[in-house]
Amino acid sequence: MPNLLWLQSGGCGGCSMSLLGAEAPGLLTSFKAAGINLLWHPAISEASGSEVTSLMQQIITGEQTLDILCLEGAVMRGPNGTGRFHLMAGSGQPMMHWLQQLSAKAAHVVAVGSCAAYGGITRGGDNTVEACGLQFDEAEPGGLLGEHFRDPSGLPVINISGCPIHPNWVTETLTQLAANALDVSALDELGRPRSYANHLVHHGCPRNEYYEYKASAAHVSQLGCLMENLGCVGTQAHADCNIRLWNGEGSCLRGGYACIDCTAPGFEEPGRVFTETPKVAGIPVGLPNDMPKAWFVALSSLSKAATPKRIKENAAADHIVTSPSQAAKGKSNK
Amino acid sequence: MTRRIMGPFNRVEGDLEVKIDIDDGRVSDARVTSPLYRGFEQMLVGKDPRDALVYAPRICGICSVSQSVAAATALRQAQGITIAPNGERVTNLVLACENLVDHLTHFYLFFMPDFAREIYAKQAWFSKTEQRFKAAKGSATKQLLPVRAQFLHLMGILAGKWPHSLALQPGGTTRAVEAGEKSRLLSLLFVMRDFLENQLFGVPLEQITEMTAIAQLNNYAGAPLTADLRHFLMLADELQLQQLGRATDRFMSYGAYQTAGHHQFKQGVWQGGVHPLNSAVIQEDISHSWLDGDDAALHPSVGITQPAADSEGGYSWCKAPRLDGKVVEVGALARQLIDGQALIQNLVQESGGNVRNRVLARLYEVARLLPMMEQWVKALEPGEPFCIEAAMPKNAEGIGMVEAARGSLGHWLSIRNGRIHNYQIVAPTTWNFSPRDAARQRGALEQALIGAPLRAGETDPIAVQHIVRSFDPCMVCTVH
Repeated sequence: MPNLLWLQSGGCGGCSMSLLGAEAPGLLTSFKAAGINLLWHPAISEASGSEVTSLMQQIITGEQTLDILCLEGAVMRGPNGTGRFHLMAGSGQPMMHWLQQLSAKAAHVVAVGSCAAYGGITRGGDNTVEACGLQFDEAEPGGLLGEHFRDPSGLPVINISGCPIHPNWVTETLTQLAANALDVSALDELGRPRSYANHLVHHGCPRNEYYEYKASAAHVSQLGCLMENLGCVGTQAHADCNIRLWNGEGSCLRGGYACIDCTAPGFEEPGRVFTETPKVAGIPVGLPNDMPKAWFVALSSLSKAATPKRIKENAAADHIVTSPSQAAKGKSNK
Repeated sequence: MTRRIMGPFNRVEGDLEVKIDIDDGRVSDARVTSPLYRGFEQMLVGKDPRDALVYAPRICGICSVSQSVAAATALRQAQGITIAPNGERVTNLVLACENLVDHLTHFYLFFMPDFAREIYAKQAWFSKTEQRFKAAKGSATKQLLPVRAQFLHLMGILAGKWPHSLALQPGGTTRAVEAGEKSRLLSLLFVMRDFLENQLFGVPLEQITEMTAIAQLNNYAGAPLTADLRHFLMLADELQLQQLGRATDRFMSYGAYQTAGHHQFKQGVWQGGVHPLNSAVIQEDISHSWLDGDDAALHPSVGITQPAADSEGGYSWCKAPRLDGKVVEVGALARQLIDGQALIQNLVQESGGNVRNRVLARLYEVARLLPMMEQWVKALEPGEPFCIEAAMPKNAEGIGMVEAARGSLGHWLSIRNGRIHNYQIVAPTTWNFSPRDAARQRGALEQALIGAPLRAGETDPIAVQHIVRSFDPCMVCTVH
């Protein structure tokens, strides 16, 4: 039965909070079904204080095996590489030193959330705290463990990025790991499980009809597409948020606000206001990655010109003001 | 005298270390250390003010909405606008949802499992408590998690996701609610009411909130052990938790759930009785923090955060906020006390702030919150605006004072030339778990720990754990 140790460092704990909301099945059932034995998790387990530090010591000395090491939160290297921005409580030692030693003993290492994967929000601003991910510093391979780190099975650190993670990204990946059913081909070049990273947030977006006609919201709370004005980068963001919904039936777009690409390294510093689309000569920069720009612009102006009244009106309202018309029965719609 | 270093404390949010001195089998002194520093206040300087809505919730994954509401409130004040009434209702709903979920997560996952530890194995009540509350394995956790997840669908509908939503804006909320969705929200609230009345309280919520006298509470507690609150009250009585963990008995609440200009839970300070709050006399002291700066304590509107790991005398990344130079305790107990709830006032007058009263007040608040949420859903007006739009001024100040689950949370913002010039955050656990100040006054937890008894053979004293967790600390908010 594979065991799992979950540690937290430079983060907010939000990935754990999100994970506790796993559904169909719930978290504890997911672990049970996968045959995962929880060695320790800070929000769930009984053990505290010296019980925990001795468990970690036993792993390092080899008295206790470790199958899956999960880290939530960024690695704190500052100030000046000392790691003192996070001394693990009760140990007097920088958490980054614990992580180095434990990673060397683990059968698999998982970075949960964008902070643990790439540094995330914690490396925002000028990153005065020297935060990084386990195997990346933003998009740069390296991080704490180095570009060439591989676990005994040949896997790099598995980066379940997201701010926060969707609970089922984690339960699904851990279940695969526990069953030895995850190989390198299941990860993209940034170490993310392709099971969610092969999709774009755009897929399944409920605003797709507005996107097709470039019927855009001018202000938040309006129903139109958020790409042209309000900073949405869902057409470029790797995640299945509008296919695999959040908290039952949500997603950022369904909640009425822009996708900020939180699964990507460096999302924390977009170099612009998050919720405003920068434009050059009236054309939004940052169009879909794999579409020729000229085509996009040509198609956009065509579709804009063809926008039905219903879509134009609804795009600028916060609820449906014009209903879809009924096709007359028995007649084809020519 | 012996000294022990306790940590990591799990079943609190974030990392925490407590150093205790022990004399004659009791804690004689305590130092509370927040061992993680991330630097949000520095990160925000120079950013567009609107970006605060992305960064602020990510200070904390368990108080995420509270941080968003504080940021949105500060921005709204800077803009000088009034929130759309529907947006205010949704903001309150989302904030109450987080608050209620946090209280239940605390009670079932963080706090109660300590009574199912081996050290209590010889107690007559142990096997029942272990069966119900054992960490990760007890029947309560298995029941709570699915209800919690289902209740959070309210966040899915109203805020897109939890944690870390961008739905909470200065002018309101981004997701308009339609008539059919109102009934869906009411059904979700019923799921929670059903759990609370059948599992947690064993009686209708209104029967809990109608209690005013301690005798009524004792009467309720005397009934057979069919509800988790009765289970807790039995343990509190057995272990005399009302004698454990008393701090300053001075409390503060910023006031919670604004509705058309007034707070549903009143603002104020408690010191033997309710007094008005003057936020101008809030200051943060850094004399015992790993921070650089003037010796003088500063008001957060002009506060500075400059990390200095070798700062002399420092033992925590946490600052020491004080109200007019005094230590105050914040949280659900403070809120319900200052709001004038008779049962809570009677309990505090009898035994002060302590482990039992903190936990009880939290659950009492849960019983009050759900009916308030039902009213807010019913008051939503589909078709009317949920968010109003306004430009961000080039130069302005804003203050966002809200109540998170764990107590008073404030954001102090100043904008110069269209950019954030200063951003200071004082979180609930910054108040409760502060280090000493220049006058050598201990923080609230440090005071509460003094006198805690040790049992024979303990390494990590269970009494200390009960006291620490009775505050429901959030360490990631504390330092940010």
